[in-house]
Amino acid sequence: MYKYDNYDQTIVNERVEQFRDQTRRYLAGDLSDDEFRPLRLMNGLYIQRHAPMLRVAIPYGLLSSKQLRMLAHISRKYDKGYGHFSTRQNIQFNWPALETVPDILADLATVEMHAIQTSGNCIRNTTSDQFAGISKDEIEDPRPYCEIIRQWSTFHPEFSFLPRKFKIAVSGSKGDRAAAMVHDIGLYLVNNEKGEVGFKVFVGGGLGRTPYIGKCIRDFLEKKYLLSYIEAILRVYNRFGRRDNIYKARIKILVNDVGQEEFGKQVEKEWLHIKEGVLKLDQKEIDYAKSFFTSPTYSKDAVDDTSYNEAKKSNKSFLNWTTRNLYSHKIPGYTAVIISLKAPDIAPGDATDEQMDFIAELSDLYSFGEIIVTHDQNLVLPNVKQVDLFLLWEKLKTKNLATSNIGLLTDMICCPGLDFCSLANAGSIPIAKQINEKFDNLDYLHDIGDLKIKMSGCMNACGHHHVGHIGILGVDKKGEEFYQLTLGGSSENDATLGDRLGPAIAKTDVADVIGKLLDVYVKLREEDERFLDTYRRIGITPFKENVYASN
Amino acid sequence: MQVIKDKSIINDEWSLIRNIENSDPIPDGDVILPFLFWEANREKLINSKDKHAIWVDGSIETESIANDLKYFIIIALDFPTFKDGRSYSHARLLRERYKYEGELRAIGDVLQDQLFFMKRCGIDSFKVRDDKNIEEALKSFKDFSVRYQAAADDDATISSQRKFK
Repeated sequence: MYKYDNYDQTIVNERVEQFRDQTRRYLAGDLSDDEFRPLRLMNGLYIQRHAPMLRVAIPYGLLSSKQLRMLAHISRKYDKGYGHFSTRQNIQFNWPALETVPDILADLATVEMHAIQTSGNCIRNTTSDQFAGISKDEIEDPRPYCEIIRQWSTFHPEFSFLPRKFKIAVSGSKGDRAAAMVHDIGLYLVNNEKGEVGFKVFVGGGLGRTPYIGKCIRDFLEKKYLLSYIEAILRVYNRFGRRDNIYKARIKILVNDVGQEEFGKQVEKEWLHIKEGVLKLDQKEIDYAKSFFTSPTYSKDAVDDTSYNEAKKSNKSFLNWTTRNLYSHKIPGYTAVIISLKAPDIAPGDATDEQMDFIAELSDLYSFGEIIVTHDQNLVLPNVKQVDLFLLWEKLKTKNLATSNIGLLTDMICCPGLDFCSLANAGSIPIAKQINEKFDNLDYLHDIGDLKIKMSGCMNACGHHHVGHIGILGVDKKGEEFYQLTLGGSSENDATLGDRLGPAIAKTDVADVIGKLLDVYVKLREEDERFLDTYRRIGITPFKENVYASN
Repeated sequence: MQVIKDKSIINDEWSLIRNIENSDPIPDGDVILPFLFWEANREKLINSKDKHAIWVDGSIETESIANDLKYFIIIALDFPTFKDGRSYSHARLLRERYKYEGELRAIGDVLQDQLFFMKRCGIDSFKVRDDKNIEEALKSFKDFSVRYQAAADDDATISSQRKFK
C-alpha cells in the first residue's frame, strides 16, 4: 500500500496545526459559525444531532493493521468505543468533542491518516473497487491512479470552494464494483483497439434528490492525461456550475442542463489549453505510484490444501459462510474474506474498538496486514489462504463477525438516519433492526439469494437507495416517519435507478412489505434468477398489486 | 486603507467603486471601476486616464476582459462570499493563460483561511474584510510549506521534487 514520504507527512502534520489554530480561533470567537463551518467540513467535522461527527478518510478503502488499530484507539479514547464504516469507504465517529478533534487528527497523522476533504464543497476521497489487485477480471489495478488523484486533489487551491461536493471513483475491472456510474466523475480502466490501457470517462452521475446515471464524455483517455483531463472537467464545473441553489449545484445538473455533448465539448476545449502542460503525467510518476501496489509474496503450496474442502463437507455453518463471505482470488489457493458488519443486532457498518483490534490482529496473522473497507459497509481481508479459512471463521465467530450474509437481504446498506444525522427525516437503523427481526431464518435468506437493500433516512441518499434492488427512503409526513420503496435499482455495470413502488408505507409495515415483495419473487422466479432479474423480466405491476391490494 | 501586498501590509490609495451607472460621470482619482462601466466608457477612459483598474466578479467571463489586459494595472477579483470559488479559476486563467502581470487583488469576503489558496492561484494583493485582523491574516501564507499540485505560483510541486527511483 502507499507509504508516505516526508512531503506527504509534512502536509498532514501542517494540516493538524492549521486546524488546531482554526479551532482555537473559533472557540475564542474570532471565527463565526458561518466562517468556521466550511473549514471544519473540509476536515470532515459535522455538527450533528447529539455531538460533532468526524469522518476520517480511508483512501480507496485500504487500511493497514496499524491504521485499523489506531481507529480502534480513537473510538476508545475520544468516542464511545465504536466507529461507523460509510458507503464511501471512510469511517465516522459519532461522539467526539470539538475540542479534542485536533488531538484526534494528530493521532491519525502518526499512522499516515487524516480527515482532509472528507466533507465540504471540494474533491472528496477517491473511491475504488474493494477487490482491486486481487480480482480475476481486473484490467489494471486502479489504486495507483486513485493515489495520483488523491495527491493532486489534496488542498487544490482552485477547487476548494466548488459549487458543491465532488466525488470521483475509479474502477479497474470489467465488473464495476466501485459504483463509478453514480459519481461526479467515474473512470473505468479500459483497453482500446490497440490494446493500450487508458480511461473511459463518465461525468454527472449521482444520487441525492435528483439522481442521474453518469454520461460518457470520452471513450478513451491516455493515462498521461488523467490529471489534465480531470482538471479541465473541474474548471468548467467551478466556473459554470450553479451556485444559487444548493439542490441544483452538483455537476450532474450542469451536465444535464447544457447537455452531454455540449458539456463534453466545453471540457475538451478547456483541456486543449492544458493537456500538454505541467499536469501531463510522466511515466516515472505513474511507475512511482504503482510501486506501492505490488502483490504480496504468495505461497505456491497454498493450492495443495485439501482440509478446506473437508471442513466444508463436515460443517454446514462453515459451508454457509464460505458460500456467501468469500470472493474468488486470482491466485489459486487464496481467497478474499468478507467480514460482515451486518450482524442482526448491530447498526449496519458499525464496529467496536475491540472488533477493530481483533480484525487488525487477524489481518496480521492471515492477510499480510491489510484490510479493505467496502461500499457495502463491510471489511475485507484480501489475501487469505484456503487452509486458514476454518480457523479464521472460528475466530471471527467469537466476536460476532461471522454472519453469513454477504449480498443477502440482511447485508443492508444503511445511513446513520434520524438517530444521529441532523439532515434525516426518518430512522434507518430501527428499520434495519425490524428487517433483521423478521428475516432471521438463514435458510430462507440463502434461498432468496442476492438482494441489495439500500436505505437512506432522507433524500440526500447517503444509503444509495436509488440503486438498491429494493431501495428504502425515509420521508416525513406531518411529523411521522414513512418509507418510500423503489425496486430494480443497481449501481453495477448495468446501473439503473429504481422505480417507485407506490405510496409511502408506515414505519411498522416496512419488513412486512418486503416480505410481500419476496413472496412475489419466490412465486414467479425462474430457476437461478436473482430478485433483480425477475423484477426486470416481469416489471413492477405484480409487486405493486401484492403490496397495495391488501391494504 | 490597508491591503496585503507581496506578503506585507501596505497603505493603498485606490478606492473601490462598487455602484455606478454606465451613464454617470467618470470618478476622479485612483479608482477601481466595475469592468462593465469601464467597458461602456472605454474610449473616454483611455483618453483621460493613464492608470486603469477594474473589478470583476465570477459572473464575468475571463475571456471577455482578456483583450484589454494591457490597460489594467489592477484587476480586483470579487468574492461576494468566501464560498464562491469562481474567482480562483479566473485568477489562474488570467495569470497562466492570458499572462496578466499586473496586480490581482482579492476583494469582498476575503478571510485569513483562504489567503493561502488565493495566493496559489496568482492573487498577489488582498483587501482583507474590514472587521478581521489583517496582521493575523498574514499567517495564512505559512499554512503549508509543500504542495502537491502546480498552480499559478512558481513553487515547485512535490512530484517535481521527489526523486523517482
